[in-house]
Amino acid sequence: MKKQSAIIFTSVALLALLVAPHFLKSYGVYLLTYWLVFILAAMGLNLTVGYAGQKSLGHAAFFGIGAYTVAIMMKAGFSFWLGLPAAAAICFVTGILVGFPALRVQTIYLAFATLGFNTAAWLVMRNEEQYTGGTFGINNIARPELFGLSLDGALAYYYFTLGVTIVFGLLLFGLLRSPWGKAFTALRDNPIRAESLGVDVRNYTLLSFAIGAVYAGVAGALFASLVQFIDPAPFGVGQSIMMYLMVVIGGPGYFFGPVVGAAVGVVLPEWLRFAQDWYLFVFGSAVVLLMIWLPDGLLSIPDRIRARRESREASAARAAAVTAAAANAGKGSGA
Amino acid sequence: MSGPLLEVKGLKKSYGAIRAVGGVSFQVMPGEIFGVIGPNGSGKTTMFNSVLGQIEPDAGEIHLNGQNITGLSPLQLNQRGVGRTFQTLQVFGKMSVRDNLIVAAQEHRGTMWSRMFAPGDSGLGAKADELIDLFGIRHVADKPAGSLSYGQQKLVDIAMAFMSEPALVLLDEPCAGVNPSLVGGISTLLKQLNQQSGVGKRASSFVVIEHNMDFVMDLCHRIMVMVEGEVMAIGTPDEIRANKQVLAAYLGS
Repeated sequence: MKKQSAIIFTSVALLALLVAPHFLKSYGVYLLTYWLVFILAAMGLNLTVGYAGQKSLGHAAFFGIGAYTVAIMMKAGFSFWLGLPAAAAICFVTGILVGFPALRVQTIYLAFATLGFNTAAWLVMRNEEQYTGGTFGINNIARPELFGLSLDGALAYYYFTLGVTIVFGLLLFGLLRSPWGKAFTALRDNPIRAESLGVDVRNYTLLSFAIGAVYAGVAGALFASLVQFIDPAPFGVGQSIMMYLMVVIGGPGYFFGPVVGAAVGVVLPEWLRFAQDWYLFVFGSAVVLLMIWLPDGLLSIPDRIRARRESREASAARAAAVTAAAANAGKGSGA
Repeated sequence: MSGPLLEVKGLKKSYGAIRAVGGVSFQVMPGEIFGVIGPNGSGKTTMFNSVLGQIEPDAGEIHLNGQNITGLSPLQLNQRGVGRTFQTLQVFGKMSVRDNLIVAAQEHRGTMWSRMFAPGDSGLGAKADELIDLFGIRHVADKPAGSLSYGQQKLVDIAMAFMSEPALVLLDEPCAGVNPSLVGGISTLLKQLNQQSGVGKRASSFVVIEHNMDFVMDLCHRIMVMVEGEVMAIGTPDEIRANKQVLAAYLGS
């Protein structure tokens, strides 16, 4: 049943994503593309944080490394199609390196270690002006062509981003269904036990960072070409916290959590524009309330409903058993 | 092979000025169930964790099948066929019982690379079902392990240690916190697993730490009594019961 409803839900959502941009103005399409980019980035962080349990606050650095890799390479005359795999590869290697502290420290200490990495990466983006343009950034980043088709238009780039997101989504889905998914979850739930059962904690920890970083890097590459101008601002610690928030709000360890979480992080602020100066207050309050009400994220709602129904059924069954026993006892004493 | 499966020689471990284990030696033969008893703080768990690579001993050597395994990590030991349970419950709470069992053996199949493309159950579904039936946890097999009662989780915990068909399993207080009616069940299960009643191709040897005397005396072939980090006696249950020194120090008269 659960599987069926998931398939129906996914198909409907996919159809909506295919059709929706035709009913939107170009800013709406731009926003949808923006959302997809953050879904992709948050999917990677969901692997690192949600499945493997590694508290990373440095995800925006990988996002930035991906964006700058593509921007710098395209400015140097290379194709986007070379920049994209280069961004992924550089993020993979950097991700492994950033994973090493996680072999020594965990939880909040790991969060601070990764936050330090994010700050360092951000400083490189800001200070290495000859490569990154410093605070002036890099502008006029072109959009790529695909099989001779220009992806310059908002709609074309949207479909391109959608395609990439779906492909990477399917890859992640496949990975999580393979034994790797269980190993990551084991690592999150109980690393000491996992190791005693033969799970190579070191390899899986490093790979959870590296694969998560690849997703951020690819998202960053798409981001650079989407906004066509990058400066260090969107790659700071604040963005990392925002990405972490997306994972937590959607539901860490839920496959579609990042889809919901990124919607809250990207689309909700747009809807809250009417609140103007109160925007941050309303957004902040909404997050606080959500965390109190649903600490496991929005996608935990079906599980909560199911758990409640099961416990209601169990207590009804117990009550029925007690009544039946009492009735039997009554009969016994009567006879 | 007729030599001991596990041989511990002169194992020592101190924490600062406190000597937790002071020169412990013993042998476990293939197919044997070896009990370790002793009062709290007698160094049983420290000895266990040293053997299992969780902590590094100050001195001494540990051999498995004649090979020196001193200082190997828990991961390397598991890869060499050593399984264990912990004193406290250690299941993966959010995974189903079946997945807990599967993940307990999947890393013994293929390489990391091949596992990326392997089916979700790594071909271990039948093996998991076998243990699920043996342990009588069929009705909760698809529930998250963390949602089960303590006793049920303990059964899952023990079953996990046997999924990869280890040659040697170290069980740290398998009956702690388990209600008396289940203690007999665990004892029967361990005997069955030891005699490989359909499960496992290799004869499993166990080292069991336990405070429940009836359980230990009934289950184990030989028992080692530890007091203040030293071995006080090693012998069959009958010999241990008759040992006056042990009676005075631990069993009470």
